[in-house]
Amino acid sequence: MSDLNTQAVARYKNNFLREVEERVEEGDMVKMCMQCGVCAGSCPLGPHWQHSPQKIFMMIRAGKREEVLTSDSMWMCTSCYNCIVRCPRQLPITHIMHGLANYAHRLGIAPKGQPTREFAKTFWNNLIKKGRVNELTLTLAHYFANGIGPGIQIALNMQKIGLGMVLAGRLNPMEIFGGHSVKDLNGFHAVLAKAKEIEDRKKGFSA
Amino acid sequence: MAKKEYAFYPGCSSQAKSSAANYLTSVNTMCDKLDIKLTEIPDWNCCGASIGYAEGGELPRLAINARNFALAEQHLPGKDIVATCAACWLGARETKERLDHTSQLMKETNEALAAAGLKYEGKVNIRHMVEVLIEDLGYDAIKAPVVKPLEGLKIAGYVGCQTNRPFGIDGESFENPKYLDKFIEVLGGEPIEKYEQKVACCGGALAFSEPEKSQKQIRDIVESALDHQAELIVTPCPLCQANVEVYQSEINRKNGTKFAVPVVYYSQLMAVAYGSSAKDAGLNGQLIRTEALEKIANR
Ligand code: SF4
Ligand code: SF4
Ligand code: SF4
Ligand code: SF4
Repeated sequence: MSDLNTQAVARYKNNFLREVEERVEEGDMVKMCMQCGVCAGSCPLGPHWQHSPQKIFMMIRAGKREEVLTSDSMWMCTSCYNCIVRCPRQLPITHIMHGLANYAHRLGIAPKGQPTREFAKTFWNNLIKKGRVNELTLTLAHYFANGIGPGIQIALNMQKIGLGMVLAGRLNPMEIFGGHSVKDLNGFHAVLAKAKEIEDRKKGFSA
Repeated sequence: MAKKEYAFYPGCSSQAKSSAANYLTSVNTMCDKLDIKLTEIPDWNCCGASIGYAEGGELPRLAINARNFALAEQHLPGKDIVATCAACWLGARETKERLDHTSQLMKETNEALAAAGLKYEGKVNIRHMVEVLIEDLGYDAIKAPVVKPLEGLKIAGYVGCQTNRPFGIDGESFENPKYLDKFIEVLGGEPIEKYEQKVACCGGALAFSEPEKSQKQIRDIVESALDHQAELIVTPCPLCQANVEVYQSEINRKNGTKFAVPVVYYSQLMAVAYGSSAKDAGLNGQLIRTEALEKIANR
């Protein structure tokens, strides 16, 4: 169990709703949910959600901290925004799902090896390096995240697609040596570092 | 002088030799014909996309979007930002909305921007190219340059999620937005009015991380277009385009199906209808070649 998680448990005791309100993006809106159930049928990958957004909001109120934060469900969110436009209480459901996933990830208790968690991490690390996404190394890093063996298998299956993209001028094999970048990389990194510092302070991630 | 001028935010996927490079080519051609001038925001950075949340968190995501706003305000004052990517547009609009409504976040974001000597004033507007076409030009102006109507072409307008929800295009419904159908119509083609999967989600970034689950979505999107005898699918979003086009061969490999429906951008339809070459319409960038459009372009 991570230190950050132990600290959070100690700080909020059994008040998980308050923890969510203070530390999760848009978490202060959770209490507005009236449990109508409309959002539960909105998710495109619905059958793969163990707990629908409606259920997650109920579990937050019931203080089921561990169950919520270790859940695989939020990671099934495709950011389709079906739920937001339907919710009678106008909860920013998409953002709360993202916020919960981010919080669980930062605490180190999100499901290990969860593919979307891994992909999201790779994506962000890829983009902050140069300020722009390098699609080739992003793809490679993702396919090889599970090690060389399975990576090669997936890469072989996807090879025709990759090659097609190169031939169609839509994937640049030279990107592996650098690729697109912002010019003021120092400035870009300084903005990011400052933003992260403020956020970490606010959300209790820095000591 | 050009009729309309904007601060252009191409986004990572539309750079040269990126997955939506053909989108950019066709947008440039389309804008030429419509007398729209796009000036790239100098030194823009990635918006973080929807999937950036897990590692990036809130403020870092807001701050990198605001960096683009600040650069646009500084170098291209008074011009609206125009994005061609649905996810970029959404990410930027969400950022703007949250900053403009939450003074605390605005303050913190500007504190972060100050580290690079930048400041976001809260002035700039964020638009999608589709909004510019509909609101600033209008359907008549979109029709005016047509010299090669897309006669007899049945086209399924796949709107997808992020240009449709949560903001959407003014005056359109979430369930059945009609703007792609209207584009097809003024260009002389035949829209599929009852396309069931019009606003379904393709799986977005989860096409990468949850391929099986997303490919089921994609299969439905393609199948429903075929049910209505569509020859092409048209979209306003680079990720939709890539997902729906690229994974058809994977779906075929796994299921023994024979899907090969071309997926193009609205801007490619316009470029062809406006008389440009297949190359200028970015048709050479398709993985699934669209012979019907090539034929019209080469006529
Ligand atoms: S639709 Fe809104 S109010 Fe209804 S259960 Fe979902 S979040 Fe709660
Ligand atoms: S945005 Fe996420 S939570 Fe909302 S309906 Fe789509 S998948 Fe479900
Ligand atoms: S949405 Fe995609 S293309 Fe647009 S800037 Fe973000 S990462 Fe790049
Ligand atoms: S349809 Fe797919 S790619 Fe397009 S916006 Fe929705 S999730 Fe994104």
